[in-house]
Amino acid sequence: MKGTNLGEFEELVLLTIAALMNDAYSVAICDELEKRTDRDVKLGVVHAVLNRLEEKGLVKSKLGEATNVRGGKRKRYYSITSAGKASLLKAKEVRDQLWSIIPDLALKLNV
Amino acid sequence: MSYTPRPPRWATRFLAWYCRPELLEDLEGDLHEYFDRHVKAKGVRRAKLIYVIDVFKFFRSYTVRKPEFINLLIHWVMIGSYIKTSGRSIVRNKMFSTINIFGLAISMSVGLLLIAFLADLNSYDRIHTKGDRIYRLIDTHVNKHHGKSIELASTSVVAPRRIKEEYAGIEDLVLMRSGFGGDAEVNDKVVPIEGIWSDDSFFNVFSFKLLKGNPRTALKAPFSIVLTEKEANRVFGDDDPMGKTIRMKDDSEKGFSEYLVTGLMEDPPKFSHIRFGALASFATLDILKKNEEYFLEWQNVWSNYAYIVLPEKSSTEDLQSYLDNLAKTENEKMPDVSITFTLQPFFDIALGKDLSNQLGPTMLSSVMWIVSALAVVVILSACFNYTNLSIARSMRRSREVGIRKVIGALRSHVLAQFIAEAVIISFLALVLSFGIFLILRPAFLSLSSELSNLVTLDLTPSVVGYFILLAVIVGLVAGILPALFFAKIKAVQVLKDVSSIKVFKNVAVRRLLIVAQYTLSLAFIATTMIGYEQYKYFIAFDLGYKTDNILNIRLQGNNPDVVSKAMQEIPEVSRISRSIMVTSTGSYYGNMIKYQGDSVDISYNTIDEHYLPIHGHKFLAGTNFRYQQKGVVEHQAIVNEKLVSRLKMGTPDQAVGERFQIDTVNYRIVGVLKDFHYGKVDSKIDPFIFKYSNEDVSYLNASISSKDWIATMEKVEEAWKKVDPIHALDAKFYSDKIQESYNQFQVMVKVIGFLAVLAITIASMGLLGMVVFTTETRTKEISIRKVLGASEGSLIYLLSRGFILLLLVSAVIALPLTYLLFTNVILREFVYTAPIGMFELFGGLVGILIIAMIMIGSQTIRVARANPASVLKSE
Repeated sequence: MKGTNLGEFEELVLLTIAALMNDAYSVAICDELEKRTDRDVKLGVVHAVLNRLEEKGLVKSKLGEATNVRGGKRKRYYSITSAGKASLLKAKEVRDQLWSIIPDLALKLNV
Repeated sequence: MSYTPRPPRWATRFLAWYCRPELLEDLEGDLHEYFDRHVKAKGVRRAKLIYVIDVFKFFRSYTVRKPEFINLLIHWVMIGSYIKTSGRSIVRNKMFSTINIFGLAISMSVGLLLIAFLADLNSYDRIHTKGDRIYRLIDTHVNKHHGKSIELASTSVVAPRRIKEEYAGIEDLVLMRSGFGGDAEVNDKVVPIEGIWSDDSFFNVFSFKLLKGNPRTALKAPFSIVLTEKEANRVFGDDDPMGKTIRMKDDSEKGFSEYLVTGLMEDPPKFSHIRFGALASFATLDILKKNEEYFLEWQNVWSNYAYIVLPEKSSTEDLQSYLDNLAKTENEKMPDVSITFTLQPFFDIALGKDLSNQLGPTMLSSVMWIVSALAVVVILSACFNYTNLSIARSMRRSREVGIRKVIGALRSHVLAQFIAEAVIISFLALVLSFGIFLILRPAFLSLSSELSNLVTLDLTPSVVGYFILLAVIVGLVAGILPALFFAKIKAVQVLKDVSSIKVFKNVAVRRLLIVAQYTLSLAFIATTMIGYEQYKYFIAFDLGYKTDNILNIRLQGNNPDVVSKAMQEIPEVSRISRSIMVTSTGSYYGNMIKYQGDSVDISYNTIDEHYLPIHGHKFLAGTNFRYQQKGVVEHQAIVNEKLVSRLKMGTPDQAVGERFQIDTVNYRIVGVLKDFHYGKVDSKIDPFIFKYSNEDVSYLNASISSKDWIATMEKVEEAWKKVDPIHALDAKFYSDKIQESYNQFQVMVKVIGFLAVLAITIASMGLLGMVVFTTETRTKEISIRKVLGASEGSLIYLLSRGFILLLLVSAVIALPLTYLLFTNVILREFVYTAPIGMFELFGGLVGILIIAMIMIGSQTIRVARANPASVLKSE
């Protein structure tokens, strides 16, 4: 099914939303991602991903209060749904399992 | 207060337009936030740019609003309603509808003519299946001495042959030459035929269909001829022409050549720039002209035509660079001229650039652009009328729109309704204009024989399709502004108080439209009148010699002595002279003369001893020619004043007896004439000479005095028939011939005159509509004024003042512009012009003012005379 697997960037965005808690709106997510991943994150990309995540039912959103910054436009705050939480956990689990079966030796030699 | 930069409004609006409403607010906010950041970091200008780019970047599948199905469905369902309400509105406002339909129809008829004309031109030469790969070799001929260059449609014989031999990258090349023809003798019958010479590639390059004969060999052997069906029918009747011989007179030793008919082909279509009755094999010319060195010279580029077929999927670049090289090496060998080659795409010939020596009828694309622009102006003018009137009526219609909106119509519905109404009106106009088109068509074609030779203006399905397209476009253009205006109306505001609608915001625009229309009308009418005045001046121009009652008879190859003798028997013919050409009609015979180390280009005419007295030329010195037998020892010349002064021969008396050379022949000046105009008014007088000959002439100039011209012409015709039963008489009076040579000017005057009538009609209708509207909306005001004691005169003045002022404004713009256009541009082309008179300039203005006064007056007087009691009581 489409909704069960997370893309790499989707996962990052989802994690950021979870991390930012009550302040997760598009521009903040963008800034946070840029800070953490050290790569150029485009607003357009984040927007598209947020839209897709909402369609998949992994996040939900609501409009905040109007302020006099942003040309008087309201922010759309995102929060993670339980389905989103589950898919994050599942992704982590898959990774952990994979990590656990890598022999120590193999990694050390390659680094 | 500090200034805070804002993102560009149009970009924000664009975003709002395409973005789905549920995503919009957030997205707008985000972009705004980024904008503020960028303003701080990179400055306002960069920030705005980034904002705009971002807005376009967000145009993605998930952000774009989906067209609402239900909305489309409503439009579909409502079409019937739109048509019905539009019909009602058209019927209810008969006056406005008539003005609109009539105005649009008149202007659209011009559009229809233009469409039919362009369609005809575009269907030229389309029968040739290789047409998009065919190029015509055209030459630019430059005189190295004075740098004069001519662009020619023609080329030499040798250049195409070299190309065909040396250059491997072409599929085929056909070489043709104009001027085949003459009297064909078959058995005892003599039939004049006309055609072209062509080599055997003809049927491979072109798609003309050969009905009988072998397309590959029909034009191979010398003295082969291919006839078109029409020509074959004329020469042989119903007999099969194949294998028969035709005897044609020519300059060969025998005096004639016999041609074998090797093919029968379909007639070339009307829309072909290559037209002919017969094709003769080019190989014949190699035999006939084997003693003529000039025939095969590189610079003999005057009557041959080469069409090259390139292989599929190849470009002209390689061939062009080969041609450039070829021209370069050959030009180095020639001391006097240089010739360069260009390739002209086959389909750009019929409607293309200005070339000399065209093979068939063509039209300049630049002329078509100008005419099209004029037509667009006229049509737009009528569209403005519609816009103008519809917005003027907005007070009446806005309540209807208000109700519609309350019931639930969206902006797009109102928009659609008003555009539908405009399109319906434009279709009604189309019907009417089609009628006008049918009436105009024969008048247009008869404007000049060149036009009727070029186009037929017949209706084809695609032409009808374009007519309908024109109606739709006119409807859209005319209807879009009113529709937008009505769509913006807010229901609450309208229903509360109609007068709160700000119609007057558009008053300036409407005034501007009226001024523009009248400016155009005035300019057209002044142009027509000035142009006509010039035309009259041109044809009545004092040429410095007599042209009255002189009939120029073209000899068409007959012996001048014989024709002259036959004509002299007619009692009305008093005197007859001979000449090689008819001067002052736009044709020139030119040459160069040398005189004591100096040389000058001259024009000349060859005449006999009667010519100068008959035409009343005035001698300043010396004498007329005397009769001389052929094979004279001394060549004599009579020159004009300009030649004497140009070659510094002193006084006219001193010039008599001087000698000059043409080529290697010595000429002695026996007389000097007062300067006269041998050219048209667009050229000034330059050195000119008369040479003497009794035999080498092409025209007889018969001086006729008669009371019954028709009977005299019949006698001339009869006399001609006795001498030459084969060719029809070609005789024209000198003054008619001069008039004919200014025919183009006359056609221009007629066309612009027609446009002037159109423009005035359209402008008048627009004005009438406006006046009716103004008077109707001010009826109450006028009545109150009247009650308070205003006189009828002052009321009429009050109502008309504004309109008259507008007309005067247009006059102030139009008349000086027209005057300047004529004095600085158009009349610069001519050397001798009539002065522009007050009447031509202001006559049109007076006429238009009178028409306008009648229209304004008829409406304002009615309102001013109305009984205030009945007006005020009714509401």
